[in-house]
Amino acid sequence: MNIAKPNSYRSGPDERGHFGIFGGRFVAETLMPLILDLEKAYTAAKADPAFQAEMNGYLKNYVGRPSPLYFAERLTEHLGGAKIYLKREELNHTGSHKVNNVLGQIMLARRMGKKRIIAETGAGQHGVATATLCARFGLECVVYMGAVDVERQQPNVIRMEMLGATVVPVQSGTRTLKDAMNEALRDWVTNVHNTFYCIGTVAGPHPYPTLVRDFQSIIGNETRTQMQEIEGRLPDSLVACIGGGSNAMGLFHPFLDDSSVEIFGVEAAGHGLTQLHAASIAGGRPGVLHGNRTYLLMDADGQIQDAHSISAGLDYPGIGPEHSWLHEIGRVNYLSATDDEALAAFQLLSKLEGIIPALEPAHAIAKVMELAPKRPKDHLMVVNLSGRGDKDVPQVGDILKGKTK
Amino acid sequence: MTTRIDTRFAELKKQGRSAFVTYVMAGDPDPATSLEIVKALSKSGADVIELGIPFTDPMADGPSIQAAGLRALKVGMTLKKTLDLVRDFRKHDNFTPLVLMGYYNPIYIYGVDKFLTDAKTSGVDGLIIVDLPPEEDDELCIPALKAGLNFIRLATPTTDDKRLPAVLANTSGFVYYVSIAGITGAAAADANVVGEAVARIKRHTRLPICVGFGIRTPEAARAIAEKADGSVVGTALVDALRNSLDGEGRATAKTVNAVAELTAALAQGVKGAKQAAE
Repeated sequence: MNIAKPNSYRSGPDERGHFGIFGGRFVAETLMPLILDLEKAYTAAKADPAFQAEMNGYLKNYVGRPSPLYFAERLTEHLGGAKIYLKREELNHTGSHKVNNVLGQIMLARRMGKKRIIAETGAGQHGVATATLCARFGLECVVYMGAVDVERQQPNVIRMEMLGATVVPVQSGTRTLKDAMNEALRDWVTNVHNTFYCIGTVAGPHPYPTLVRDFQSIIGNETRTQMQEIEGRLPDSLVACIGGGSNAMGLFHPFLDDSSVEIFGVEAAGHGLTQLHAASIAGGRPGVLHGNRTYLLMDADGQIQDAHSISAGLDYPGIGPEHSWLHEIGRVNYLSATDDEALAAFQLLSKLEGIIPALEPAHAIAKVMELAPKRPKDHLMVVNLSGRGDKDVPQVGDILKGKTK
Repeated sequence: MTTRIDTRFAELKKQGRSAFVTYVMAGDPDPATSLEIVKALSKSGADVIELGIPFTDPMADGPSIQAAGLRALKVGMTLKKTLDLVRDFRKHDNFTPLVLMGYYNPIYIYGVDKFLTDAKTSGVDGLIIVDLPPEEDDELCIPALKAGLNFIRLATPTTDDKRLPAVLANTSGFVYYVSIAGITGAAAADANVVGEAVARIKRHTRLPICVGFGIRTPEAARAIAEKADGSVVGTALVDALRNSLDGEGRATAKTVNAVAELTAALAQGVKGAKQAAE
């Protein structure tokens, strides 16, 4: 593709929220004034040292950052190639990277005087993080979750309710993450005066893709510092799973201008790319949904198609707009892993490293199993272990029992 | 350039009355019945017809209209077939203004230029695209105006005086005032509150102002028509349609009449209203 390469991959978006043709603000008029207010509030917060200092305090003492960069020695030996490091986001409070972004957004909501927080969630990790911080700061919390996901992610539903949140099972459409997002947008349109919508990934109308990316960039920034300390140089490659793509964007963004660093995003290929899957870049094309232009799974008439992944967190027919741009411009390589490959990786990491990953980063591990053996032994590969597998234990247990029968 | 919408509002102004604007979903419950319903709307007193473009993910619509869209999609409705429906309608009625209302993605995928050409030749007069705020005017609004179609913008209770000029800048035909912050089919707004909002918008524009969201009865339609240049009813008509369907969601002998009767009653309500004093 003949697209001019920018001087920096990190300067986007433009003032209207565009990454190339992607991004933008495609929402109903009712929401526009609030989105413009949010942009103003975020710009002011970013420039306010007190906001940064308060956030750093919570990141350290409440979330438990920095998360370790762990050398996975046995996985490295097993695969026989690159030195594999795991960025341990699953050790954060609430068990995933989601808390980084939620903390930032909740602090913004407080600055804006909002008392009611709504969120959508797929696997429940974003919902749990939102419920947790709402509990911490005494805010009302309503979480929309597809009815299908409510069933397959019961442990997280129970956690959210224990934290005082109201979980609303969404019965419309395919009853998964995309419908939860529609329902959250409907709630927001209805309660726009007192409600803050805490979006869980690098998608939605501008400025959400930017602010979520910025809050998640702590992952990549820490990785830079830690790798310098451990190995005295930058990593050679980065691997992360992608649903909407927030953990990936957080790891990738601080490295985008380092041309020596290879970057791989891994989409969910579900039953395979010719069947039901959730790989928006591999199997979709640019369209407009949920406030932004990005790669989407859709039919010839522009109707949004059902996504499928074994992992509820990746089961979304779109991807963040900055990823769409990084794909078209060729900076990031987007690969995909099937349900079966993710399951195999889930088991391998559990048995070799004593770390049960969430099914989401298991997709990233699945591609590491392919990429690492082809790299030399001095190649430094970092995988974002974005969440822990507690929530998936019942589901994977059922699948494995079914298979052994 | 004068469109059917401009002509219709000029006529209504002469008659000293408000417009009755109806909304139904194209292809609901099937394309043939849908055409009969649209024809029945204009015969039963609709002054302007809004025709929904079915979409899988209508974020600003309530459950009734979402279900209508899914019924239409299930029987194979597409944007192309929606334009075919308009073309067939025009064989029977060359005067009633028809506005397509929907979301941007199906149009983006169809191709904006091709869509505008086909919409114009099919007999479409205007567009209401819910997820294209003025910040995205380059996408469709400005090309539509160049193609001779009205682009009707939504103004809402959150659109303050500072923002109104931006919202109205490229709006033509009429202004659609959404009377509540909420989704279609939600609770109705108080007519007096709506009256104040209409007066506020009138300070910024000479375009007619039609008010929708939450209007379900002839009485409510009349109360709004007294305060604005038009009342828009959608969900109540879509519900009347749905209630006439059989257990499998298919049209019955009652379907077209169910919509026509409610339209006639609502039109009576609007036509009995006195136009608000200018």
